[in-house]
Amino acid sequence: MGSSSEPTTTEGGTSRRDLIKRSAALGLITVPTMSFLSACASGGGDDDSGGETKGETSEKNPFGVKKGTKLDVVVFKGGYGDDYAKAWEASFQKKWGVTSTHTGTQEITGKLQPRFNAGNPPDIVDDSGAQQIPIDVLHKNGQLLDLAEVLDAPSVDDPSKKVRDTLIPGTLDAGMQGGKVVALNYIYTVWGLWYSGKLFEEKGWEAPKTWEDFLAICKDAKSQGIGGLAHQGKYPYYINVAIMDLIAKTGGLDAMKAIDNLEPNAFVGSEAATAAVEAIYEVVEKGYLMPGTNGLTHTESQTRWNQYKAAFITSGSWLENEQLKTTPEDFDMKFLPMPLLPDSKLPFEAIRAGSGEPFIIPAKAKNLPAAKEFMRMMLSKEWSTLFAKEANSLTILADGVDDSVQLRPGTQSTVEASKAAGDNTFRYLYTEWYSEMGTAIENASNELMAKRIQPKEWLKRAQAAVDKQAKDPESKKNRRD
Amino acid sequence: MRKGQYRFVAGFLVVPVALYMVFVIWPYIQTFGYSLTDWKGQSQEFSFVGLDNYTTLFKDDVFMGAIWHNILFLIFIPAITILLALFFAFMLNAGGRGRAGGVAGVAGSGFYKIVYFFPQVLSLAILAVLFGAVYRSDSGGMLNGVLIKLGLVDEGTPVEWLNEPNMVLWALMAVVVWHGVGFYLVLFSAAMQSIPRDIYEAALIDGASRAHTFFRITLPLLWDSVQTAWVYLGIAAMDMFILVTTMTSGDYGGGPDHHSEVMATVMMRNFLLYGKSGYACAMGVIMLLLTLIVSVVTLRATRRERIEF
Repeated sequence: MGSSSEPTTTEGGTSRRDLIKRSAALGLITVPTMSFLSACASGGGDDDSGGETKGETSEKNPFGVKKGTKLDVVVFKGGYGDDYAKAWEASFQKKWGVTSTHTGTQEITGKLQPRFNAGNPPDIVDDSGAQQIPIDVLHKNGQLLDLAEVLDAPSVDDPSKKVRDTLIPGTLDAGMQGGKVVALNYIYTVWGLWYSGKLFEEKGWEAPKTWEDFLAICKDAKSQGIGGLAHQGKYPYYINVAIMDLIAKTGGLDAMKAIDNLEPNAFVGSEAATAAVEAIYEVVEKGYLMPGTNGLTHTESQTRWNQYKAAFITSGSWLENEQLKTTPEDFDMKFLPMPLLPDSKLPFEAIRAGSGEPFIIPAKAKNLPAAKEFMRMMLSKEWSTLFAKEANSLTILADGVDDSVQLRPGTQSTVEASKAAGDNTFRYLYTEWYSEMGTAIENASNELMAKRIQPKEWLKRAQAAVDKQAKDPESKKNRRD
Repeated sequence: MRKGQYRFVAGFLVVPVALYMVFVIWPYIQTFGYSLTDWKGQSQEFSFVGLDNYTTLFKDDVFMGAIWHNILFLIFIPAITILLALFFAFMLNAGGRGRAGGVAGVAGSGFYKIVYFFPQVLSLAILAVLFGAVYRSDSGGMLNGVLIKLGLVDEGTPVEWLNEPNMVLWALMAVVVWHGVGFYLVLFSAAMQSIPRDIYEAALIDGASRAHTFFRITLPLLWDSVQTAWVYLGIAAMDMFILVTTMTSGDYGGGPDHHSEVMATVMMRNFLLYGKSGYACAMGVIMLLLTLIVSVVTLRATRRERIEF
């Protein structure tokens, strides 16, 4: 799910950028330096992980979970809450006799950075939210376990299959760093536009399939005093969803890979990129944006959209959960794949789909066997259903929700959209790989939306960010074909 | 001093000095150490890169821009806050119409004093939320709402206060000043009240105007407080992290397009988001140096002869 402005799972505007905690984090600058001492003193002394926590392995117990050991679980407690994790832990204890220490928090960085530095990390972590520790950074520091062992283990539901073969194709990609899966992005997410079924019915609008129809609805909306497109301007991550989706759908997977692979013509000289940015800019120029949307936070603009002040909004499928409290009962939230520009390489049904909410196992975890088993069980139908029930979201387990669970309309519409899309899904990876480049492109988009730069300048700036990243020798390790 | 007294004094100082060394001085030294490495922030593996971080730093446009913003804050925040606080304090204590006794504040000054102090009671976090609502970029914002009602702004194109490169710094400054004036007003008031009345009375008898009494009597006798205020406000202006990071756009704030960046936000972004922790430590060292220089310069520049009364 990407850039750390990733808002997936926070509840409210204030908690998202939790002020006091941030300021405390500033103080933390000095804390890691403190642990330097202890790290030096204890260097080499903690290589015994697995020794006393590993029991006998068997077919049912491939990793050798040992009864009576402890598991240290840290979960990001945002829009999905942490009840699902508590339910898992209870189930885990029942099955394996391993008790868990549970920490539900929004301050992942504040709580965990000192522990990673001291070589004393938890056993399994949901590293998400505004204060996640970027996965690329953790990976570069050698802190993440290669999850291949878990993924190649037999599935809990069907031991004849490997865990990795029970997942929705492509959902592991987001957790790849340097060719290895080091993070399990657990929640299945789709990105695109959203609208209110009720508003559309009232106004007699049809869900648009082409950019022309999209603009026509925006125009009609504007004439009735409603904004066309809303976006969460304070966090340009969101408008980038629209821009990047358009690029991928217009230019096909090659246009997307050119960006992820840092090609010299990823933006400048790419017809798809030019067409996409110009299309977005047309919305700005014609005044189809919801007034003031460029400066609003995600909560503010999404709430406005809930109040029927805009026809469309950009977001990922966490939107429904995030807006539970402000969405009117009869709002009928609906997902819409990005409408098509002329001569697009991908069909209208194609969507950006992938996974978010990265779960990681630290390489230096004390109870590795239990952590691996915990992750294996997360990918069982029982636990996936528990998650859907507690958090109203799909997981990456294919067909992972028991039919008895009733989904909300927005989530239901994403289920239908993914079915319609079939194999026509795509997913950018640069946001996971290159935090700095992502931020630079977001800044350019912010300027574009405020009409301070033109599409040409946007392309130049985005390309400059790509070129700068390409100079970093570390970047060579990330490549997709 | 008698023999043994040094040992006695030292005995008391050992613990606090040791604590200070371990928790303040040592981390500073370590930060400097890290600033010479390519530390990535999440493990203890790194290599020594000499002064590379510092040379990169001075070519980093974003960080250099941030320094300029801090300097801008450094000039305007103390100046505006102190001038306003002095003016209000003077009006509250000595600005009343010369009545029979001579020196008194304007009518209702006790009440004003309390009201002015209110903002100081709010934490910066609340302040950020409050002004977030004031500056909100659509018709729901307080400023925009009023301007739209007055017909000065079109509802379709509200002012995006914090998303305008030319406005964002001033908008932030207004928050700090609003927050600080009350406190310094009380500080200056207390100092003014310790100025003997007879001096004012003598001046009034000699026919001095309010402006005269202010510049010839009040200000010189308040100089110590003003100096203190300047250093405190200067340090606050060098920081600004909380407000910028919460109120402006971008990861750790600083938007739009780095126009409100301060050193602390650039540092945090590099430290936590980009994983360039060694580089961020170098920024921290520069921040420390600049803050030290500012403090020393301010104290030196404002040094005057003390007037005893």
